[in-house]
Amino acid sequence: MLQSVRRDWQLYSLAVLPLVFFLIFRYLPMIGNVIAFRRYEPGGDLFGEYWVGLRYFRMFLDDPTFWQVFTNTIVIGGLTLLFCFPLPIVLALLLNEVRTRWLKGFVQTVSYLPHFLSIVVIAGLILQTVSVDGVINQGLRAVGQDPVAFIQDPGWFRTLYVSSEVWQTVGWGTILYLAALTTIDADLYDQAKVDGANRWRQTWHVTLPGIRPTMITLLILNIGTFLAVGFEKILLLYNPLTYGTADVVSTYLYRVGIVSGSFSYAAAIGLFESLIGLALVLGANTLSRRVAGTSLW
Amino acid sequence: MVTESRGYRVFQLVNGIVLTAVVLVTLFPFVNIVARSFSGEQEIRSGQVTLWPKGFNTTTYEKVMSDALFWTNYRNTVVYTVVATVIALFLTTCYAYVLSKRQLRGRSVLVGVAVFTMFFNGGLIPNYVLVSALGLRNTLWAIVLPNAISVFNLLVMKAFFESLPTELEEAAAVDGSGTYGTLLRIVLPLSKAVLATMLLFYAVAFWNSWFAGFLYMDKQELFPVTVYLRNLIAGATSGTDVTATSEAALQIAASIQAVTIVLTMLPIMLVYPFIQRFFVSGVMLGAVKG
Repeated sequence: MLQSVRRDWQLYSLAVLPLVFFLIFRYLPMIGNVIAFRRYEPGGDLFGEYWVGLRYFRMFLDDPTFWQVFTNTIVIGGLTLLFCFPLPIVLALLLNEVRTRWLKGFVQTVSYLPHFLSIVVIAGLILQTVSVDGVINQGLRAVGQDPVAFIQDPGWFRTLYVSSEVWQTVGWGTILYLAALTTIDADLYDQAKVDGANRWRQTWHVTLPGIRPTMITLLILNIGTFLAVGFEKILLLYNPLTYGTADVVSTYLYRVGIVSGSFSYAAAIGLFESLIGLALVLGANTLSRRVAGTSLW
Repeated sequence: MVTESRGYRVFQLVNGIVLTAVVLVTLFPFVNIVARSFSGEQEIRSGQVTLWPKGFNTTTYEKVMSDALFWTNYRNTVVYTVVATVIALFLTTCYAYVLSKRQLRGRSVLVGVAVFTMFFNGGLIPNYVLVSALGLRNTLWAIVLPNAISVFNLLVMKAFFESLPTELEEAAAVDGSGTYGTLLRIVLPLSKAVLATMLLFYAVAFWNSWFAGFLYMDKQELFPVTVYLRNLIAGATSGTDVTATSEAALQIAASIQAVTIVLTMLPIMLVYPFIQRFFVSGVMLGAVKG
C-alpha cells in the first residue's frame, strides 16, 4: 500500500478534492439523516439535540396525509412508468423504419428539444397551454364544450402530469434504443428474409430481441426511480386545490420540513422514501439478473 | 428494395403521418407561446391566439426588458453557470482520470464511493440543513457546490479516458513526465470532444436549474432568471401593478408570462441546433458502461 502511494501519489492527489466533495455533500447528508431519530432545532446542532427513537416514524405512519401522498406517489409513478417506458421504444422502432435520412434526423432533432429546457420553462408552457384562454380550451370551445379549469381541477392533474411527461421525454428516450438498433447484425435480417419473414415478423424476431438488453436496463433504472416522481415539476404545477391528487411524498416533506420547519419529521419521511428507492433498485436488478440474465452490476 | 409488400407501403404512409404528428405536437406549444407573447390583451383573453400573433404589439417585451430585476437575475444565471461549470468540469476531469487507471490500487473503492450516491442520497432535508449550517445560504456556493460532480458525467468521462490508447501515456512517463504533465499535455488535448460534451452537459444543467436558487436565496436580487420566471408563473409576483387598470397594464398582465418564457428559453433555443449532437454522443458514451 505504502509503495503504491509513493509511486502514484500524484494520481491520488487528483482524487482528494472530488473525495472531499463526495464526503461533504453526499455522505454527510446521508449521516445527517440521524435527525430522523433525533430532535433537531433549526440553527442548532447539525445532527440534532437528543435521541427520540422512532417517534417521527410512528408520527408519519399515523398521519393520514402521509398515506394519501404515498398513494399519489405510487399512482403518478406507476402511470409515468406505464407510458414513459414503452413509448420511446415505439417511437424508436418507427424512426428505424424511416428510409429518408434528413427526415429521420429532423424528427429526432425536434423531439429532443424539450429535454434541453428548464423545467420552469416546461411548466410555464404547460400552464399556458391548458389555461382558460389556452389552446386546449380553444379546441373545446370550437367543438361546443365548456372550458375546463385544468389547473384547479384535481381530477385532471394526473392526466396533465403524465401527458406532459410523455411530451418532454419520449424523443430523448429513443436515443439509447436507436443506438442499440444500429448494432443489430444485418445478416440476421437477411436470414429472416430467406426464411420468408415479412417486416413485421423481422421486427418481432430480430429487432426486438436485439434491443432487449437496453429495454431491461432502462426498465430497471425506471423502476428504481419509480418513487422519485418529478418533484420539481409537481412543485411548479400543483396548488392547494389539487393537493388531493398531486401532492406526492417529496412535495409533502418539502412543505412539512422546509416551509413549516418540522425538519426531523420530514427527514424521517425522506429517509423512508430513500430506503424504498434503494430497495426498488436492488430488487429490480436482482429480479432481472435471475429472470433475464441482464443486470446493472 | 426488391419487393415491398403492399402492407409495408401502407405502414410507411401511416408511419409518416404519426411522425409528422409527433413533430407538430412537440413544436406547437413553442409556436403558440411566441404568438401569445406578441398578441393583444383582448385577443389573448378571448382565446383567439393559436399559431400567429393577433393584435400585434411589443408593450410587454418593452416592460420586461426594462425591468432591472429581470436583467440582474439573468446576469446571475450567467455568473452561476460559468462558475459552476468551471468547477464541475475541473473536479469531474480529475476524478474521472483517476478512476480510468485500471491498475491503481483502491480504484474499485473510489468508483464505489461515487456510484453508490447514484442509488442512495441524503435527501432534501439533510442537504438543506447542511447547506444552511455551512453558511452557504445567499451565496453562489449554495448553487455550485452541492452539485459539483454529476456521477453520470463522471462515468461518461471515465469511459472516454479508458478508451484512449495507453501507449502515449506510457511513453510520456518513460520521458519523465509526471501525472499532472501527462494529463495536461497528452490526455486533455486528445479529449477535446469529451471535454466539450461535459462542458455543455454541465452548462445546460446549471443554466436550467432553479430549485437550489429558490431554496437558498432569500433576496430577489440573487435569484437566477429561472426563479424570476417561477415566481411569475406561480403568481407570486404579477410583474405589474394589480390595481392599475390602464390599457398597458392589462396588456402586460395578459402576456407577461409568455414574454418571460420566450426570453428565458431564447438562449437555449439559439444554441440548441449546434449543441444537440454533443449531447447525443455523450449519452451513448455513457451508456457503453454506465
